[in-house]
Amino acid sequence: MKILLLAEHDNQTLSPHTARALTAARQIGGEVHLLVAGQGCGHVAEAAARLSGVAKVLHADAPALAHQLAELLSELIVSVADGYDTLLAPATSTGKNVMPRVAALLDLMQVSDIIAVDGPNSFRRPIYAGNAIEHVETSGKQVITVRTTAFVPADTEGAAPIEQISVPDLASPAEWIEDITVTTERPELTSAKRVVSGGRSLGSKEKFDAVILPLADALGAAVGASRDAVDEGFAPNDWQVGQTGKTVAPELYIACGISGAIQHVAGIKDAKVIVAINSDPEAPIFKLADYALVGDLFELVPELTRAVSK
Amino acid sequence: MKILVPVKRAIDYKVTIRVKPDGSGVDTDNVKMSMNPFDEIAVEQAVRLKEAGQASEVVVVSIGSPKAEDTIRTAMAIGADRGMLLTHDTAVEPLAVAKLLVKLVEEEQPGLVILGKQAIDNDANQTGQMLSALLGWGQATSAAELVVDGDSATVTSEIDGGLQKLRLTLPAIVTTELGLNQPRNATLPNVIKAKKKPLDVREASSLGVDLDPRLKVTKVTEPPARKSGIQVNSVEELVAKLRDEAQVL
Ligand SMILES: Cc1cc2nc3c(=O)[nH]c(=O)nc-3n(C[C@H](O)[C@H](O)[C@H](O)COP(=O)(O)OP(=O)(O)OC[C@H]3O[C@@H](n4cnc5c(N)ncnc54)[C@H](O)[C@@H]3O)c2cc1C
Repeated sequence: MKILLLAEHDNQTLSPHTARALTAARQIGGEVHLLVAGQGCGHVAEAAARLSGVAKVLHADAPALAHQLAELLSELIVSVADGYDTLLAPATSTGKNVMPRVAALLDLMQVSDIIAVDGPNSFRRPIYAGNAIEHVETSGKQVITVRTTAFVPADTEGAAPIEQISVPDLASPAEWIEDITVTTERPELTSAKRVVSGGRSLGSKEKFDAVILPLADALGAAVGASRDAVDEGFAPNDWQVGQTGKTVAPELYIACGISGAIQHVAGIKDAKVIVAINSDPEAPIFKLADYALVGDLFELVPELTRAVSK
Repeated sequence: MKILVPVKRAIDYKVTIRVKPDGSGVDTDNVKMSMNPFDEIAVEQAVRLKEAGQASEVVVVSIGSPKAEDTIRTAMAIGADRGMLLTHDTAVEPLAVAKLLVKLVEEEQPGLVILGKQAIDNDANQTGQMLSALLGWGQATSAAELVVDGDSATVTSEIDGGLQKLRLTLPAIVTTELGLNQPRNATLPNVIKAKKKPLDVREASSLGVDLDPRLKVTKVTEPPARKSGIQVNSVEELVAKLRDEAQVL
């Protein structure tokens, strides 16, 4: 079995999603190659080579790959796909955009968002917002995306060779205009050990910032939000947790004024400890919470912030 | 410009699903079915483009059970002009759906295909990207904003880390995110009008696409249950529990 894993990066740094997806690749078993595709991403290729269990890093560097547009990246992957039985990527926005294209171009069905590897061609994946687990088998060559919160990161004790690969002539029908990204000093949401989330009940961006952020910072936590809080403009879309947002798996998840809709809890089921603060004792979030605190978040959250800051 | 919008009939998003005890799947008997919410947003967006004079016709297509006619009528009540239903007895995988859509695109020659970014039943998030690859058209996924301007479309997509703006040359593929719009509630007169709009029903198998599933689903199981929690009565008690019992502080 030969496996090609698409590395997740921004041309500067290798994302931790890659080391986690690598663990899934190694569980599938076989020789794992990492593809680092971008522009001026030599440092990323070097970091990729240090991941334990990588046999080789393929480094594709070209101006056309600067923004890793799905149309181009999928063509690049297809151009090297012949030598591989398994093509996989973390289920990040890049992976989700690129891999179904690769699958279609190779006339294969993709296995999306795997959470467990049961054999070289046998996987588990959540369906219905994680309320059911589908066990699926492929019959040969396979394209897979990996839910990275379900896998621990591989170590960084490797020293794989880096091979430059040629980039085919690529032209995309899509033109990149700009990325509008939110930079933060806080931990990255999907890999954070602690997450504090706020919902619609915060009422405004000002109050979200005044109530949720101090608790997050006192705990060194990442900040999450319900979709409704995102739609109301209290929080950027990047903070959305849930079925159609991000999946988190922290040691501690604190949901403040979040009702616990199916779609939200889909993203937090792998948290070790869930705390819910809600004024409604009947709120569905309490069915999932390990510790339920009933009351007004505008009093309780600042009190909690003071208590943990001591 | 014509807009093609594929819509899927799925278990309503408010329903708590039940896994069948024999592991054969999820129970869909006597369960409320609705249009996949992301597809409803796609229909709304297409209808808005038509209302703004930027599209001439909105055509919806559903693939699956004959009951998906309801889903198509719902889309028509929002404002879609015409429907196509490709019937098939068993579930059709995203790859086969994308191939069927290629055939319809060849027939209809739309300038834009707007799809939901994912269906809330299988959560696969594949069809739009697959269709884009098979057609060689540009794609923008998880659209939070879509502006059509002559022969191009500018799309703001939700991505990890924030937003990404892309310009697509039409024809192109766009998949929808929740924030793109708030679908309207269909009025009663429009629901009645929808019943009379043209609907073309064909068997999916008549389009010459291999519909056999490529993936074998061996079973469907319940997710692991979480142990039940406790109520704490004060912040002080909560902090003590987190520190001493859960040991996460
Ligand atoms: C297709 C689809 C996909 C979706 N995907 C997602 C997703 O990925 N993630 C997601 O989060 N949502 C998602 N949603 C939306 C989801 O269904 C819910 O609407 C949303 O999660 C609710 O957000 P909320 O809990 O902030 O708001 P509400 O449901 O309005 O809950 C507010 C809660 O705050 C409590 N409250 C009010 N005031 C106070 C106070 N002073 N102190 C304490 N508590 C208070 C209330 O008791 C209530 O429980 C999706 C919906 C659809 C249709």
